Amino acid sequence: MPLSTQPETGDDQYILVANLDNVRNLSNILKAIHFKDHATCFATKNGIKVTVENAKSMQANAFIQAGIFQEYTIKEDSVVFRINLTVLLDCLTIFGTNALPASSTALRMCYKGYGHPVTLFLEEGGVVTVCKIHTQEPEDTLDFDFCSTNVINKIILQSEGLREAFAELDMTSEVLQITMSPDKPYFRLSTFGDSGSAHLDYPKDSDLMEAFHCSQTQTNRYKLSLLKPSTKALALSCKVSIRTDNRGFLSLQYMIRNEDGQICFVEYYCCPDENIDEREP
Amino acid sequence: MRVCRKERGSLFVLHFNALNSWVLGKAIHSLSRIGDEVYFEPLENGLSLRSVNSSRSAYACFLFAPLFFQRYEYPVASDEDQDTNEPFHCKVLMKSVLNVFRSLSSLEKTVEKCRISLNPQTSRLVIQLLCKYGVVKTHNLSFQECESLQAVFSKDVCPNLLRASARVLVDAVVHFPATLSEVTLAPSCGGRVIFRNYLEEETDPSKMMLTEMALNEDEFLHFQISKESEITFCLKEFRGLLSFAESSSLPVSIHFDIAGRPVVLSLEDPVLEVHFVLATLSEAEVSGSQKLTGGSCTQDGNRLSPSEAVGDDFQSDDIDSYMIAMETTAVEEATVNGCQLPHSPTFPLKGSKRTEGSSSTLLKPGGRRKDLLMLSNNKPESESEGENEEPGEVPGTPPNKKFRSLFFGSVLSQMDALHHTGLSEEVLAEASDVEEDS
Repeated sequence: MPLSTQPETGDDQYILVANLDNVRNLSNILKAIHFKDHATCFATKNGIKVTVENAKSMQANAFIQAGIFQEYTIKEDSVVFRINLTVLLDCLTIFGTNALPASSTALRMCYKGYGHPVTLFLEEGGVVTVCKIHTQEPEDTLDFDFCSTNVINKIILQSEGLREAFAELDMTSEVLQITMSPDKPYFRLSTFGDSGSAHLDYPKDSDLMEAFHCSQTQTNRYKLSLLKPSTKALALSCKVSIRTDNRGFLSLQYMIRNEDGQICFVEYYCCPDENIDEREP
Repeated sequence: MRVCRKERGSLFVLHFNALNSWVLGKAIHSLSRIGDEVYFEPLENGLSLRSVNSSRSAYACFLFAPLFFQRYEYPVASDEDQDTNEPFHCKVLMKSVLNVFRSLSSLEKTVEKCRISLNPQTSRLVIQLLCKYGVVKTHNLSFQECESLQAVFSKDVCPNLLRASARVLVDAVVHFPATLSEVTLAPSCGGRVIFRNYLEEETDPSKMMLTEMALNEDEFLHFQISKESEITFCLKEFRGLLSFAESSSLPVSIHFDIAGRPVVLSLEDPVLEVHFVLATLSEAEVSGSQKLTGGSCTQDGNRLSPSEAVGDDFQSDDIDSYMIAMETTAVEEATVNGCQLPHSPTFPLKGSKRTEGSSSTLLKPGGRRKDLLMLSNNKPESESEGENEEPGEVPGTPPNKKFRSLFFGSVLSQMDALHHTGLSEEVLAEASDVEEDS
């Protein structure tokens, strides 16, 4: 614990203190939701949830549970602040991003409370950088009211099977159409671009399919521009759970294993695209 | 112009395995160095994939024999079809096909089978990739019906033939900078072949790096030089062919004649035939050329860029840049008219309007003359001239700028009069264009 040599005085003035031996365990997961500059952080005794939203139609949450941190102290029931995620990530990676296991950066993150900056102490090889990032007035975040009892269809896939698909999505298509069905085609991703349409079918007995619970056929379209950022989470994840509820809302949950083998989750919610035009069935 | 056809499920169906989908993907990548469209032509003797660049100075054709495929269904013409008993041709945007075969490594790793079919009812070329884990990727690509694309060339009459393993040629050209546009191939009677980077006449050799690679006769599998001549052709396409040849470890045959005549590069395999036809530069036999080059040195420092500007200008309406281009490329500009036969009607039509102003410059001696690669239909012109020209018309197809200059150079001064009076083949193009408009 290189940071334990730091003077511990004044720690009691912070309402949130979190220590992490390997800062990449935090920075990597934040990168998975970094598609907008600003994020809202909610800290409870269970851990920290970081939320990023776009166009009032999609929301991404990263959950960093308390167990990820080597030390995690919170003095209030919940702590909320808004922060510039780009700046936060720049600070967290201030010693560089290369993933040499020998040179891990340690982090101590402290927050005094409303109106105060978030203070980061980053240490690598005896060099300590102190960053203070202003916090902002927290804004209300969207409540997608995505309730597991309303889930109609649920699929768990190995991320490997989706990664290539997302990388090759025809970005000239405005929407990504997701079909989930108890019958053929089971799980289909479709795009409708300038050069024609493309469909990607996954059979339900595929080895990529970890779970397949579809009760009725649902076809929904989602703005590709909204979903594209989730590729970042997909790239890091090992499994992805794809769920749709009775309103057609989409939930994508990514299971991400960090460098220490711990599991974190990143979740994306997206509203369906209402303007369904029947360009092609 | 849609050909009537008997209703049937699909016009052609192809099935092939993982390795061959990789080969096909590689061929598409190679073609993508040539043009912006791929011509799909299912023929009796196999599937032909062709492409030509916008200035029609480079043409490539891959012919996959039926045996290349696990299943090759080719529509047999029935009685009803007799009137229209011609092979079906269509063209697809290179971008969309390339998208399907984009990742060669994933083709290699995940694709187990490929199925291509053409459904005229839905006007879609369907490319299905059956991948690992039962995943099926279906691409429904829109296509355009068109006439056959055929380059007129005969490699057999070429007096010179060099054949070498792809490896040898790759090693020879790997030393050239990636930005180099043209390379000169110079065989000598001493049994050596020299590759060197082509220097613009106008450029000061003392300021340029000259790279030269000499290959010995014994490096070649076949060495036949009956007529000693140096040829200069474009490197980008050549590299495209070499990369395919290297991956399929086929020897490359280079058939060529004198400078100015197209060079034919070919690969042959029992199930695959590849031909690349590239225009070559023809060195200045023009008497006046030297006079002009001295004076126009500064303007023509980079011969290609002015014509690029012109190419851009045809698409945008930026008069200013056009004027600049006019000043610097009067000679090349003028030659646009000369090339109208094989050129798409769109460019000459727009171009001719603009170039009228510069017609006086037509008679200026050019710095250099280049020969055209003659491309035309494999059909009588009277029959299909209109459709002939159609391939170049797809809107939004950007011209291949660098090669434009090659193409431009083809005009012969004695033909100038023809172009101006509109008696050249340009008329044919225009007429057909009018027809299509109406």
